[in-house]
Amino acid sequence: MLGRDALMLSLVVVMSAGCSRSAPAPIELPDPVGPPRFPVVIRKPLEAPKILTGSVDEKGNPISIGCATCHTTNPSNPEARLGTLLTKFHQSLRGQHGHLTCISCHNPDEGYASLRLADGKRLPYSEVMQLCAQCHGPQYRDYLHGAHGGMTGYWDLSRGGRERNNCVDCHHPHAPRYPTVMPARGPNDRFQTRGSHE
Amino acid sequence: MSEKKPFSLPVVGEVDRRTTLKAGAATLGLAAWAAALKPMVEWASSLDRDEFFQKHYRELTREQLQVILHKLTFEARKETGKPVTVKDHKPIPGVVFAYALNLSICIGCRKCAEACHVENNHDRPSNQSYIRVFEMQKGGIDFEKGNTTYDRPVPGKDKYYMPVQCQQCENPPCVSACPIEATWQESDGIVVVDYNWCIGCRYCEAACPYHARRFNWTKPEVPPDEVNPNQSYLSNRIRPQGVMEKCTFCLHRTREGRMPACLEACPTGARVFGNILDPDSEIRWVLENKRVFVLKEELGTKPRFYYFFDK
Ligand code: HEC
Ligand code: HEC
Ligand code: HEC
Ligand code: HEC
Repeated sequence: MLGRDALMLSLVVVMSAGCSRSAPAPIELPDPVGPPRFPVVIRKPLEAPKILTGSVDEKGNPISIGCATCHTTNPSNPEARLGTLLTKFHQSLRGQHGHLTCISCHNPDEGYASLRLADGKRLPYSEVMQLCAQCHGPQYRDYLHGAHGGMTGYWDLSRGGRERNNCVDCHHPHAPRYPTVMPARGPNDRFQTRGSHE
Repeated sequence: MSEKKPFSLPVVGEVDRRTTLKAGAATLGLAAWAAALKPMVEWASSLDRDEFFQKHYRELTREQLQVILHKLTFEARKETGKPVTVKDHKPIPGVVFAYALNLSICIGCRKCAEACHVENNHDRPSNQSYIRVFEMQKGGIDFEKGNTTYDRPVPGKDKYYMPVQCQQCENPPCVSACPIEATWQESDGIVVVDYNWCIGCRYCEAACPYHARRFNWTKPEVPPDEVNPNQSYLSNRIRPQGVMEKCTFCLHRTREGRMPACLEACPTGARVFGNILDPDSEIRWVLENKRVFVLKEELGTKPRFYYFFDK
């Protein structure tokens, strides 16, 4: 028990120090001592994103290429940032995320085929949550305590496991604001006809 | 087997029925009663509900309860053509449930209310649900001033959203209001209703400061292919007409260790559920680390449903 709490504490401290500090936090909590527990699985994005070329192979499947195909040969532009449209390529890319530069997340050392933490450490796309965590300590801390990000499965881990969303399941990294949605159908019972409750 | 429930209600017909039936059972003796009922499972189809008299849930022996569960299962299968099972889920020792909801995260999409509707076999025409989502003006906190019938994209500008369901109070006014103990609080904090005992006087509905109880004006209509077959005696089995019902924290799920349906359905992750007796639980962390509050605290109902904002 103690081990877990101590870890939590150090996590909180490290992360509230913000983006300037470089301290990627581990995603998985160590198993607390006690009865056997079912796993908590955090969904992960598949491997690195790709770009569709628009053409298809002989079987009719769309052909896509990795980022590094273009970006290992071209020098990277450290000034490019979200909120300012690119003109030569990725023109459709729109974003709003605190005017971050592209390279605050994408790793120019690998032709953008990976992500990069503030301390320069490379990070595979599948571990994107550590990237979010370094700038959003409070939300990440809440997430680790089940108070952000939701879950399905068992509250009682001695009876069954859980599946958890990834940050990017709910927040697009380029435009993370949670979307506006149409609500499900409202109630149709007698309560609402009680009169407008002043 | 003495009669201990005061019957002082104006609903004469109903009370009459209960009293006579109960008196009848008293003369039988428990073992004989159970034995006499066994063959009835086979005849269940030909029996009228009223003929199949039953004691208060908490006075039933295991055998008696089994007979009743069989009968309810049988009836439900016959009615819906679905592999319904009506179980009895007992509280888990060492567990007291609590719920918390993050109002900074909730966007008012009503997915929780919708999931409740489906999970708990609610009446389709009235789109019934144990959850009402109040659209609130930022700054205000009185949910009575909120609006439940909003129907435009959410979250709206300067609005926040407050889903309200049974608060599973530690001091539940609804329980004290019931003249016949048809509703009570169980050891895990969940307040339940015995639908077969409730006479529909609606005193509890009036007593609840959170408007959390619902009355079945008609027998709930659920198309057979939409029925949730995983049912429990005290929760989501299809209710008879004329009885009260309420949120049970999905006891048919949560007493098996699972999350309530509303939590799983929440696309924003605003809901936190768990056992407050477990110091390592998520719910305990929230209670200890967020500035939580309860609705209408001044009434002394001591809800086990908490709300909080992130900042
Ligand atoms: C077909 C070639 C091509 C592919 C494939 C490609 N890019 Fe690019 N990318 C470009 C070009 C050209 C620019 C410059 C656009 C501009 O300056 O208007 C660019 C610009 C960028 C920038 C802005 C910073 C900079 O160095 O100019 C980032 C970040 C970037 N790409 C990321 C990616 C990622 C991530 C992938 C893989 C998912 C990818 N790119 C795939 C051609 C490509
Ligand atoms: C906050 C971190 C972050 C920033 C800032 C960021 N990206 Fe990304 N980007 C990501 C992540 C994470 C993915 C992978 C998304 C996925 O798996 O769907 C991605 C995917 C991409 C892709 C491939 C998928 C797509 O949407 O087309 C391209 C291209 C891309 N980024 C370009 C850029 C460019 C150009 C910029 C700057 C203008 C930029 N990114 C800024 C995190 C970031
Ligand atoms: C380099 C630092 C950095 C990284 C990495 C980063 N963010 Fe952010 N994020 C910011 C800043 C700065 C803001 C803007 C805060 C503001 O406007 O007040 C922000 C805002 C947000 C917001 C609020 C958006 C809104 O409009 O309300 C969300 C949600 C968010 N980020 C999620 C993420 C997720 C998910 C990731 C990982 C894919 C991530 N961030 C990675 C710095 C970062
Ligand atoms: C289940 C969906 C979900 C997941 C998963 C999720 N979030 Fe959020 N997050 C939300 C919602 C909903 C909000 C509130 C948005 C709003 O009010 O517009 C939010 C808000 C935020 C904000 C903005 C807070 C503010 O003050 O504006 C940040 C930053 C954030 N989340 C980061 C993260 C990070 C980091 C992760 C992963 C550890 C994560 N989120 C995972 C749904 C999610």
